[in-house]
Amino acid sequence: MAGHVSIRDVSRRFGAFTALDAVSLDIPAGELVALLGPSGSGKTTLLRIIAGLDFPDTGQVLINGEDNVARHPRERGVGFVFQHYALFRHMTVAGNVAFGLQVRPRGLRPSKAEIKARVAALLDLVQLGWLADRYPSELSGGQRQRVALARALAIEPRLLLLDEPFGALDTKVRKELGQWLRNLHHDQAITSLLVTHDQEEALELADRIVLMSQGRVEQIGTPAELYTKPASPFVLEFLGEANRIAGVVGEGGLVRVAGTGDAVAQSIDPGHALAAAGQAVTLYVRPHDLLLEARADGAAVVRSVKVAGAFAKIEVVLADQVLTALTPLHRLPSLHLQEGSRARLVVAQGMSFPTQGAGGSLQFAAPRSFAMA
Amino acid sequence: MSLADSRPAPASSLWGRLRGQRSILPGLGLSLGITLFVLSLIVFLPTAAMVGDAATLGVGGLVHLLATPRVLGAFKVSLGCAALAALTSAIFGLLIAWVLVRTRFPGRRLADAMVDLPFALPTSVAGIALSTLYAPNGWLGSLVAPYGIRISFTVIGVYIALTFVGLPFVVRSVQPVLQDMEAEQEEAAHMLGAGRLQIFSRVIFPAILPSLTAGFAMAFARGLGEYGSVIFISSNRPGVSEIVPLLIVNQLEQFDFAGAAAIGTLMLILSLALLCGIMLLQRLVRSGRHG
Repeated sequence: MAGHVSIRDVSRRFGAFTALDAVSLDIPAGELVALLGPSGSGKTTLLRIIAGLDFPDTGQVLINGEDNVARHPRERGVGFVFQHYALFRHMTVAGNVAFGLQVRPRGLRPSKAEIKARVAALLDLVQLGWLADRYPSELSGGQRQRVALARALAIEPRLLLLDEPFGALDTKVRKELGQWLRNLHHDQAITSLLVTHDQEEALELADRIVLMSQGRVEQIGTPAELYTKPASPFVLEFLGEANRIAGVVGEGGLVRVAGTGDAVAQSIDPGHALAAAGQAVTLYVRPHDLLLEARADGAAVVRSVKVAGAFAKIEVVLADQVLTALTPLHRLPSLHLQEGSRARLVVAQGMSFPTQGAGGSLQFAAPRSFAMA
Repeated sequence: MSLADSRPAPASSLWGRLRGQRSILPGLGLSLGITLFVLSLIVFLPTAAMVGDAATLGVGGLVHLLATPRVLGAFKVSLGCAALAALTSAIFGLLIAWVLVRTRFPGRRLADAMVDLPFALPTSVAGIALSTLYAPNGWLGSLVAPYGIRISFTVIGVYIALTFVGLPFVVRSVQPVLQDMEAEQEEAAHMLGAGRLQIFSRVIFPAILPSLTAGFAMAFARGLGEYGSVIFISSNRPGVSEIVPLLIVNQLEQFDFAGAAAIGTLMLILSLALLCGIMLLQRLVRSGRHG
């Protein structure tokens, strides 16, 4: 049975530093949830508290409604995977995986034959059966982490906690192992909580993302929700790059770039308080949502054009602001843009956030007059 | 040990050099030459001279001398006390290293420095201090004297003196390994449901075992050779509390140089065999880990 985790008002301080500030959070049974945030945001502290490796100053952690702190780790049913594997070096791979079963008290311990069978099954699951008699020092990083996973799964946890499990691996192995973890999670009746500072990893793997910053939860939602409806500039900028364009709202919700007359976007929530004419706004625009059109009278000047894989990265200067646009490589020739050429700039979609807490965020799109190519 | 993942330092091989392989490490010939020269001068030459002296007795003479009750008794005392003292040092040295690494208490640095005291103290001073302390009218000796136990001037005194000089070897070999141990391995064991005792016996102890045996071997070797402190705390009665080094000195005082050399040679062979045995054991433990 997968575990439902409920975190109630958990705070944790280390001296003057507040690692967790009254965090409340529910993790539904069976989901793969990513705890995402920059370093120092408290995500690892929260994970360690859920694991029972650290203790909250105030607040509670409930797993399936039961307070976690008072129980012996054996009864909690929590598996933990460390960033640096933490394998037992003096034991073989099989010995590592068997550990959790061997340390059970006599009455609960499976027989030697059962342990052996379970270990073999787990090693098959992580596709490392052929390495059973090796020692951790003879394995690669990805193999070690898979052993660590098998070891954590051996105790049949209701909840699997992973602390930056792929942080020490190179990109290719990280991606493979990530997908593999995602499949594994789906095949097991288990709730998984993954700490990461890699937004791409979180967006790809998680059912739900908990974005943390400075000991608080910034936003909780599915990857799509967080990406398309970020609750704050922090969330928006953490999940991928974004340009900030200083603009002024004009007639009909049309946004003009401050210092030029160029209309780049139009509010698609007309009538909103923020869209009042004459109001200054900061538009947040993802590089791939920034469209460029070569025009002799354009306000933007191209500073550089760089090819990076499937995309071309074009930097433009507009009223003293440096902005980045991404365009698919195949479309670059038709744009007729080189260093020094002038361009008109249009926002396919963008957002702005209220400055003084009044009202919600605003969505913007290209002005109606702009003909999409 | 704690860095099992780290690669060994690049080594310059003599055989590789002879086969014409190039190495980026300079000075192999020079450093190897100096090492062998110094080793010969300080270790091999005196040892060879001693073995040569002993050889003048002939096989019959050697067996006759070494089979005397006094010599056998001295070896029994030396080996027995040194082994027991090294074992005691291993147990309490591990405990001291543990406390020094894992706990924070006022005066910890001072306690840490005091561990080295037996290294620095002239052993005769230690012997005099210990024998006074454990004499029937001394602070500690008077506590056990009413029960008819005598420590100073008996074989128990020898054991205590050898423990005193052996202890720092164990502490100093175990301490760095304990220090470098990742807390994560213990946390992993905890998460898998292991109790404190299981964590110690199954995770921590196997990790420090090689350094502990190394410390034991050094303490044992030191105990076999210890002279200064023992002659003060022991009654030095032949066959009862006389140690081998003292017996050798006695032989020398009677101008029996060949006899002294013969006992010395036997001592040398025995210690060498014991140390080799311990090293083999250690290698066995380690090779299990690295395949």
